[in-house]
Amino acid sequence: MDQLFNRKYIVQGLFIVIAIILLAKLFYIQIISDKAFLSAESNVLKKKYKYPARGAILDRNGKVIVQNEPVYDLMVIPNEVKPFDTLSLATALDITTDDVRKNLRKARAKSNYQSTPFVKQISVQSYARLQEIMYRFPGFSTQDRTIRHYPDSVAGQLFGYVKEVSNDDIEKSEGYYKPGDYKGKSGLERSYEEVLRGERGVINTVYDAKNTPQGSYANGKYDINAVSGERLISGIDIRIQKLGEELMLNKVGAIVAIEPATGEILAMISSPGYDPNLLVGRDQGNNYMNLIGNPYRPSLVRPIQGSYPPGSSFKPIDALIGLQEGVIDPNTTFNCPGYYMAGNHKVKCEHVDGNISMRKGIARSCNTYFCHVFQNLITRNGMKNQRQTYQDWRDKVAKFGFGSKLDVDIPFERPGYFYNADHYDKVYGKRWGYTTVISQAIGQGEITATPLQIANAMAIIANRGYYLKPHLIKAIGDKNQVKKEYIKKNYVGIDAKHFEPVIDGMQDAVNSGWGTAVLSRIPNIIMCGKTGTVQNPHGKNHSVFIGFAPRDNPKIAIAVIVENAGYGSIYAAPIASYMVEKYITGQVTGSRAAGVEWMKKQNLLPAIIDKTKKVKLTKTDSLNIKKTDSIKRIKDSLILKPGITSKSVVLKPIQSKPALVNNKPETNQK
Amino acid sequence: MIQQQGNRFFFNVDWITVLIYIALCSIGFINIYASIYNPDKAAAGFDFGSSYGKQLIYVITGLILGLSILLFDGRLFNVFAPFIYGITLILLVIVLFVGRNVGGNQAWIPLGSFRLQPSEFAKFGTALLLARYVSTFNPKFRDIKSIFIAAIIVLAPLMLIMLQPDTGSALVFLAFMFPMYREGLSGYFLLIFLGMIVLFIADFLVPTYILILILVTVGGLFIYANKRKQKIIISTVLVTLVAVGYLFLVKIAYTKVLEPHQRTRIELMLGLKTDNKGAGYNVIQSQIAIGSGQATGRGFLQGTQTKYGYVPEQSTDFIFSTIGEEWGFAGCTVVIGLYIFLLLRLINLAERQRSTFSRVYGYSVACILFFHVFINIGMTIGIIPVIGIPLPLISYGGSSLWSFTILLFIFLKLDSNRMGFI
Repeated sequence: MDQLFNRKYIVQGLFIVIAIILLAKLFYIQIISDKAFLSAESNVLKKKYKYPARGAILDRNGKVIVQNEPVYDLMVIPNEVKPFDTLSLATALDITTDDVRKNLRKARAKSNYQSTPFVKQISVQSYARLQEIMYRFPGFSTQDRTIRHYPDSVAGQLFGYVKEVSNDDIEKSEGYYKPGDYKGKSGLERSYEEVLRGERGVINTVYDAKNTPQGSYANGKYDINAVSGERLISGIDIRIQKLGEELMLNKVGAIVAIEPATGEILAMISSPGYDPNLLVGRDQGNNYMNLIGNPYRPSLVRPIQGSYPPGSSFKPIDALIGLQEGVIDPNTTFNCPGYYMAGNHKVKCEHVDGNISMRKGIARSCNTYFCHVFQNLITRNGMKNQRQTYQDWRDKVAKFGFGSKLDVDIPFERPGYFYNADHYDKVYGKRWGYTTVISQAIGQGEITATPLQIANAMAIIANRGYYLKPHLIKAIGDKNQVKKEYIKKNYVGIDAKHFEPVIDGMQDAVNSGWGTAVLSRIPNIIMCGKTGTVQNPHGKNHSVFIGFAPRDNPKIAIAVIVENAGYGSIYAAPIASYMVEKYITGQVTGSRAAGVEWMKKQNLLPAIIDKTKKVKLTKTDSLNIKKTDSIKRIKDSLILKPGITSKSVVLKPIQSKPALVNNKPETNQK
Repeated sequence: MIQQQGNRFFFNVDWITVLIYIALCSIGFINIYASIYNPDKAAAGFDFGSSYGKQLIYVITGLILGLSILLFDGRLFNVFAPFIYGITLILLVIVLFVGRNVGGNQAWIPLGSFRLQPSEFAKFGTALLLARYVSTFNPKFRDIKSIFIAAIIVLAPLMLIMLQPDTGSALVFLAFMFPMYREGLSGYFLLIFLGMIVLFIADFLVPTYILILILVTVGGLFIYANKRKQKIIISTVLVTLVAVGYLFLVKIAYTKVLEPHQRTRIELMLGLKTDNKGAGYNVIQSQIAIGSGQATGRGFLQGTQTKYGYVPEQSTDFIFSTIGEEWGFAGCTVVIGLYIFLLLRLINLAERQRSTFSRVYGYSVACILFFHVFINIGMTIGIIPVIGIPLPLISYGGSSLWSFTILLFIFLKLDSNRMGFI
């Protein structure tokens, strides 16, 4: 053996090094990275999805208010397409041959081998036509889908809408949603998405390299049947929901009606509304843009997003806290000279009643009386401790649900404003007292609330001291499950005995000769209520009414707000009384039926409430151009497509010109 | 007496190598069966007309061929080496004229229903002649002349195979560098060869001027470190100049000499190009199949990529993807382990030979096998461009199996005879 013998080790060493390199790479692709494994799955398995029907929604009387309609997506696997008669396909689908070519190109760009949507949401009629000639179009197949249908064409904002998931949704869902899935984007469709959507089914089919199906995978072991979404029962009474939307036609505002004993929302009207069927089907995108562009903002859910000063409807709460704290008793009187002096600031009252009692003070909505109550409340521990007593008062009012969200079961609720003492410290330093915040005594100024909060406060009075969380959906699924939080009574810390004197005043407001809402008295039903006329810095006062009925065992608590409509007694109170009567008796009778018709015809739309149009321009020329432009756009957006307007109940093309030119509502006719 | 002698020869055969040989052939048969497995046809029973059926015949005949080689007198191989070499060269020339064109390569001579691939047989022809040359002249490869003669022996078949053109098979002939290295060829040749490969790859990944800068800097530093040794300075300058020249040569050769599909394969391997549907399809699918095997594989006949034909040429050049998918990392380790064990053992066997002829031949066998294994597996997992050469003893194909059998068993015969004088 010579020294060259040692070269053996170099050669053998090289073998070993190379073996290690090979094994290292194998270790990486087989064990560390799962990329290859996933690619292998997608190579072989093609999943055909079976889409579940979304859950239906019923109203409180069992009427279906949200249902499904079958549609069909035409899918295409571009690779399997053979030359075909584009014209007959286009005719069957009601599209042009150019569309056919364009869609095919699009599908091809997505994937040549995967089934890709060609035309989405084909109607049953087109589908029937297509079925007969499908055999002539190899590579095309249909996919069953369902879309929403809303038989009553009301409550668009409550139901929300369903739309195909965006890339963003898919990412956020961490693998739950896949392209082509539908998802509730707003309203009930959004908040109950997880219950409504059901479970997507899947059929796994094995394909070989030549893209020929090789049968089901593992004998269908991993296939899943589609499971329909759960049915929901809502507390809505669709009859009064519909009546409410008709009454609010061509008015801006909101109605919320709650069943006090359960917290179930009986009706929730946001006006102007829109037909939820507009946001279904192939025109969804266009109609959505029209709604968004509409200056009256029908997409705003006013019952939970509108921010209104509660106005005089706040006074019963003042009275209740005053009674609970002992600063007044039911017999306390104050002198009303027609105003109240808060320091050197004058709060006007509508009447000069001299000495006025609490009962009458509520019935006649006396500002002076409640400013005194507020004064007594805040100063009861002396002038020095006003900050602390204010905060105490604020906390007690907050228990009624003001200043925070009520967690209603549709999204995007707003809390309203209701400031803590800290806020005033910041604004005024330490130098503030009851006179500074006196306007809150009459529900004006720095306090705002959503119509839902106001209606809920009314339910608290109706219940004599507690509320259940207001909610739209009372039962979920076949087992009628009820959420725990919806059966819990939330007490507001006022003893039951204090309610009767206040309710006396509210009863008088509607039923006695000196009440503010006496014109809205309902025959045979004792409704207790309170009008409000909310000062609106932007224009005409808002008309407000809150109330409940009947006085004993109340069945309905209601809040009505009509923007820019003036006194509460003229619009809000009658609307509330019609709703209450219809709910309790099933119809509005007698001369009052004519009142309903009259109310439906009233047009109180303000000139322009589009705040986004406030553009600061220096040149007067361009200002003019902008103005005419915006007016034209308003008109355009109000004139929806002819086919749709016939369906649309709420947003009929109104006589926008008179409304824009002559801002005065037709109350003068009366 | 004859009987006794025969017994002694069989007794001296390295049965461990034979066992590994049988193991690898069996693994090949099982995986070829899986590669073309079709549940519908499997019900019909064993099919001798199918690939796996033929492979079984090849394995059995191969084994008979191997055992009968053991019956030859080992000295014959030394004596007939030039004739065998000559015959393979002639076949390589014939194939250029009468060859059947399969997959772009004029590599096959049709013989009735059977096709002969002369390039496979040229391997042991060359190995025998090289061994004969080294053992006869004991050149030690210190002078240009001996290197030149050895180079001619190796390059003649290489060039003929290049003309087919079958680059993969031709590349395998570079394996003969190692036996020559073992017999005295300077290690610098291997280093230069390695350097050429590194520069070749680097030339694609890094701009040429940066490479030149690096080469010049390294050369400069080297000269600075050895500034008193004039000889080293001169050779360093020369090496640097040649390397820079080589860089430009590569660029030119790349565009002028290589076929477009070869360029594409190289670019795919280096990650300069992705083409999952065209030229890159094979490699991608092969890697997917292997990777999807994960640690323990999907199990025999359970590989979906294999079963549904996602990897082209799976029973021949890409047989390793079946192993990877159905047997996972564990199976791959076993197969690579068997090969490495075989290679190391062959080197050890070669080293225990008394005759230079046997040793050189042994080294040639080990290194040819090594090149095949490295290039083939490397190709299926994407660390080497696609070069179509079979995985020894496992890939489907009679020519390949028989040529490796002959290659191996000649060595086993020589080894069993190691005590005698040749």
